Amino acid sequence: MLGFVARRLLYLVPVLLAVSLLTFLIASLLPGDLAYTILGDQATPEKVAALRRDMGLDQPIWWRYLSWLGNVVQGDFGRSFRTGQTVLQAVAERLPVSLELMLLAQIGALTIGIPLAIACAVRSGSAFDRFMTGTAFSMLSVPAFLSAILLIYLFAVELRWLPATGYIPFHEDPVGNLRCFLLPALTLALGEWPVLMRVLRSDMIATLQEDYIAMARAKGLKPSRILLVHALKPSSLTLVTVTGINIGRLIGGTVIVESIFALPGIGRLLLNAIFTRDLIILQGVVLIVALGYVMINFIVDLLYAVLDPRIRHGHA
Amino acid sequence: MTGPALLSVEGVSVNLPTPRGNLRAVDRVDLSVGAGRTLGIVGESGCGKTMLSRAILQLLPKKAMLSGRVMFDGQDLVRLDRERLRKLRGRSLAVVFQDPMTSLNPVLTIGTQLIETLQEHLELDGQAAKLRSIELLTAVGIPAPEQRLMQYPHQLSGGMRQRVAIAIALSCEPKLLIADEPTTALDVTIQAQILDLLAREQRRRHMAMIIITHDLGVVAGRTDEVAVMYAGRVVERAPTHDLFKRMRMPYTEALLAAIPKIDAKPHTPLPAISGRPPDPTRPLKGCSFSPRCRYAWAQCQIEKPRLEDADSPGHQYACFRPLNTVAGVPA
Repeated sequence: MLGFVARRLLYLVPVLLAVSLLTFLIASLLPGDLAYTILGDQATPEKVAALRRDMGLDQPIWWRYLSWLGNVVQGDFGRSFRTGQTVLQAVAERLPVSLELMLLAQIGALTIGIPLAIACAVRSGSAFDRFMTGTAFSMLSVPAFLSAILLIYLFAVELRWLPATGYIPFHEDPVGNLRCFLLPALTLALGEWPVLMRVLRSDMIATLQEDYIAMARAKGLKPSRILLVHALKPSSLTLVTVTGINIGRLIGGTVIVESIFALPGIGRLLLNAIFTRDLIILQGVVLIVALGYVMINFIVDLLYAVLDPRIRHGHA
Repeated sequence: MTGPALLSVEGVSVNLPTPRGNLRAVDRVDLSVGAGRTLGIVGESGCGKTMLSRAILQLLPKKAMLSGRVMFDGQDLVRLDRERLRKLRGRSLAVVFQDPMTSLNPVLTIGTQLIETLQEHLELDGQAAKLRSIELLTAVGIPAPEQRLMQYPHQLSGGMRQRVAIAIALSCEPKLLIADEPTTALDVTIQAQILDLLAREQRRRHMAMIIITHDLGVVAGRTDEVAVMYAGRVVERAPTHDLFKRMRMPYTEALLAAIPKIDAKPHTPLPAISGRPPDPTRPLKGCSFSPRCRYAWAQCQIEKPRLEDADSPGHQYACFRPLNTVAGVPA
């Protein structure tokens, strides 16, 4: 198991290098000169040249990349030229909001998706199954901004149960905090459960054909045990993969949902950095988000081994 | 057959709807097994023997249509409600499947798969179930049983896995064990060991057993009665010694001839039954074996022979030109 972990970690090194290079290139290749952006259009060419020298912008691009990478490896992601806040500070401030949103959205999507997937797989081809598959398909095609607005209309405007927008930190008012996260999390969950349901449903249908399920039935086990112990675990590899991808994607926050519900998460941090041309923040945040994404996928790989002993023992 | 039957299959048919039309996998089969007795069901692939075993266990595919009665211990399994059926399965009625590579759950340990059956039916607590599992694994000849409980199926060889499957089947002292080609997926060297193990445990526990196989050699010394199946029907049925002494059905003879002989000269062609079984979605009007039968004559193609009593007790066959009789000469 330890060798397995070490091997997987080693694979991460080239991936991370490629990610850092792409992040840096995207930020550097954006049109416009950073020095002009900072100094404004009234600046003299001398002052611009001086600032460019100070910031190292006159150096060749590969040199700038290497020195940035050197700093990053030492934990220095740079600081915003506008607020003076370091990238790490900015991320640390925003990350809990995006993480909470991500977590609640995943819990929501899994709670809707898993029971429906099992129910459909057991009665595959039935009217219920066809109805749910159809519903999932139509839910999948509803964009987040639309479901967000419909949810706000229903729960905030009509029923007045939940706040439409805003954010209350958890330490100030835990209940109020949860209340402001419910609608955005539900918006994300509504877009995700159909995918989770469909992958689990089809894996589960395949598993239910297996000999060992016939054997479990021949052993006289309870249907609930057959489904939840014998069938769910071997069927959940794709589900874990998709959930991992979703988590990785949501670690970076969601620009649309965070903007609609006015949640101060990573998504809004990125959006602001783009609007204000805060390139240091932009490339730093993108890199950190990418790191998170890669780590989540690494954890998913480890989860496979937990779920399927054959992977753990190197048989598959 | 002496005494009341533990299991009696009465007029059981299984129909499977397929894109090419209705497939009659099992056609009006009557069989019975007394308590503590052993029945062999023999036939080539696709003759319906596995479908028949699934029909007895009520484990047919959802689309399959089952008719007839399966009386087990005084109850008709076909009409039994799900919960009562569940309580019988694994408890009084156990099965060993053909392929131990696929019949054990790959993500659960051997221990879990053994103990869950014990806890379900015998209501043992964790410690008692564990001790009993170790006993069972020892009984089926698995070395170091305590360590095996923690292992997963892929860590065991095919023969070992089949022993585990047998231990699971035996775990609640069933009255009837159905072994569906229990050695087909195993190495030849392991086959005899597994069959001997089954025979030994069957005698020790006085349980009834049905061995399903394509190999007449397997049932020869190990069963009380043999039923030969062809194209979904029982074509000959007799006490084992009587079958081998006085076989009547040309198909049985052909099956016996198809067993490779150990004393055959090198390079003699392997004996085989020429031709193929009929398409089960297009049943023949006459005897299903007639196109491949060297005794067949005109009547065999027009009329289906019924299962009729032979001279010796308990012996039945379905043939117009039975062997070792006046009619049974090659056409």
